[in-house]
Amino acid sequence: MDLVTPGLGLVFWTVITFLVLLFILRKFAWKPILGAVSEREEGIKTALASAENARKEMENLQADNERILKEARAERETMLKEAREIKNKLIADAKEEAQVQANNMIAQAQAAIISEKKAAMAELKSQVADLSIEIAEKVVRGELANKDKQMSLVESMLGDAKLN
Amino acid sequence: MPKTSSFYVSKTMRKLLFANSFYVCTFAANLKQGIFNQNIMALNTLKHFLLLTFFSAFSVAVMASETKDENSGERFDPKEMIMHHVKDAYGMHILTLNEGKENETHITIPLPIILWTDNGLVTFMSSEFHHDYDGNVVVEKDGKKFVNFHEKIYQLNEGELALQFDEEHHPLNAEKPLDFSITRNVFMMWFSVLVLLLIFITAARKYNNNDSKLPKGIAGFVEPLVLFVRDDIAKPMIGEHKYKRFMPYLLTIFFFIWINNIFGLIPIFNGANLSGNIAFTMTMALFTFVITTFSGNKNYWKHIFWMPGVPVPMKIFLMPIEIVGMFVKPVSLMIRLFANITAGHIIVLALMSLIFIFETVWVSPISVLFSLFITIIEIVVTAIQAYIFTILSALYFGMATEEEHH
Repeated sequence: MDLVTPGLGLVFWTVITFLVLLFILRKFAWKPILGAVSEREEGIKTALASAENARKEMENLQADNERILKEARAERETMLKEAREIKNKLIADAKEEAQVQANNMIAQAQAAIISEKKAAMAELKSQVADLSIEIAEKVVRGELANKDKQMSLVESMLGDAKLN
Repeated sequence: MPKTSSFYVSKTMRKLLFANSFYVCTFAANLKQGIFNQNIMALNTLKHFLLLTFFSAFSVAVMASETKDENSGERFDPKEMIMHHVKDAYGMHILTLNEGKENETHITIPLPIILWTDNGLVTFMSSEFHHDYDGNVVVEKDGKKFVNFHEKIYQLNEGELALQFDEEHHPLNAEKPLDFSITRNVFMMWFSVLVLLLIFITAARKYNNNDSKLPKGIAGFVEPLVLFVRDDIAKPMIGEHKYKRFMPYLLTIFFFIWINNIFGLIPIFNGANLSGNIAFTMTMALFTFVITTFSGNKNYWKHIFWMPGVPVPMKIFLMPIEIVGMFVKPVSLMIRLFANITAGHIIVLALMSLIFIFETVWVSPISVLFSLFITIIEIVVTAIQAYIFTILSALYFGMATEEEHH
């Protein structure tokens, strides 16, 4: 059966044709196609890697941001606390000073009042003395308007001023 | 057994087959296209199916009745017709005009016949035989006489004028010279090479001047196939590290076998059956064998001659089996591709022959439907056989380059 007997001519031509085809396709088709495909695959791989890196960096950045925010918040807190303390202290100081001053003023006022009172009393006393002398003068004058009365008085006084 | 030459019927058959199988192919192509649009496909399928049935039945009826009327005495020999189609031939026969009439003309692409005789090279065109393959027409070149007997060139012995036969119809007075003719299979092989070069070099060019390296145009069609060979054949069979060396070979055999399988199914190429020819499959298998043998590492040869991990008697017992296996692998590659492709052709032709064997029109719907069915299967087989050949080659390369594992 020559259906299953390989013909020499076809074998010969197949070998030559196939080798030529293999050579040409390898050089002009497979290399560029596979090269382009692997280049693209590499490109995709690096793009994915850089995207991943960017994501990580983003994450880092976010973490940083959060940390900074936290720090800022803490700082604000302490600042507020300090401010409150300062305020309280100021108020307390002011209060104390005011108290002291008030006390001083009260003391001064009291001293002034006392001295005023004293002066007033002295004046009152001198006035009362004057008044009483005046009254006494007037009374004495009235008493001593006539001679009799003067005499009686001298008498009485003399009577009082008994020689002991 | 005297051979009644019944090529008249066979030519009618050929024309008929041409028409039918052409329609089958168009149908198949439409079917493929239709996959993209389910709705249109359903419509198209029905329409084509009806058309196909009517068309074929009608044409077969006309042809069959013609044949019966004019050649009622002649017996149809399906074996000869089928073998003529499946085997190689000198010259590409395209068409016969005015068949069976006085002015019958064959339209044939003549192909060069190249012979290496005892005293040098002889070349002439196949047209010099005037479409004779019964050994009647004698062509004289350089003082030597040649005849074409059943698509084999015979050189008549010195002094003989015509071919003589023995009782079994074998040529008596002629020798076969070494034949390097450009037969229709060689012609189709070169045609397929041209098509392959056109497709793949065009595709490769699409990647130039293209910074994104995205596949454009025909490259978009080619790239998935190339990636399929790389990712589903080469990588799993050979391994991630070593597959690159074998990629050009695997890609080339895959597409070379596939395209020739397809061309074998296209009727206009007159059934040139390259991948169904044992010489072609043998050569392809030999390439795989040679590459496997030469890339075999220490581990590979150790597995053949001194199988590790088994007792010594077993090693001795396994050695001849492994040595035989080394040769059986390429032989199986050769036979598988040859048998699958040839069988497909024979089935389609045999189904068509039924009409002429039964000599009735009423067989034609069965013949046509079955050969449609087989042809569609064959379209799938073209890809499957190319895939199997490639994946087995890759598997053998993988075995040859596998590293020792502990």
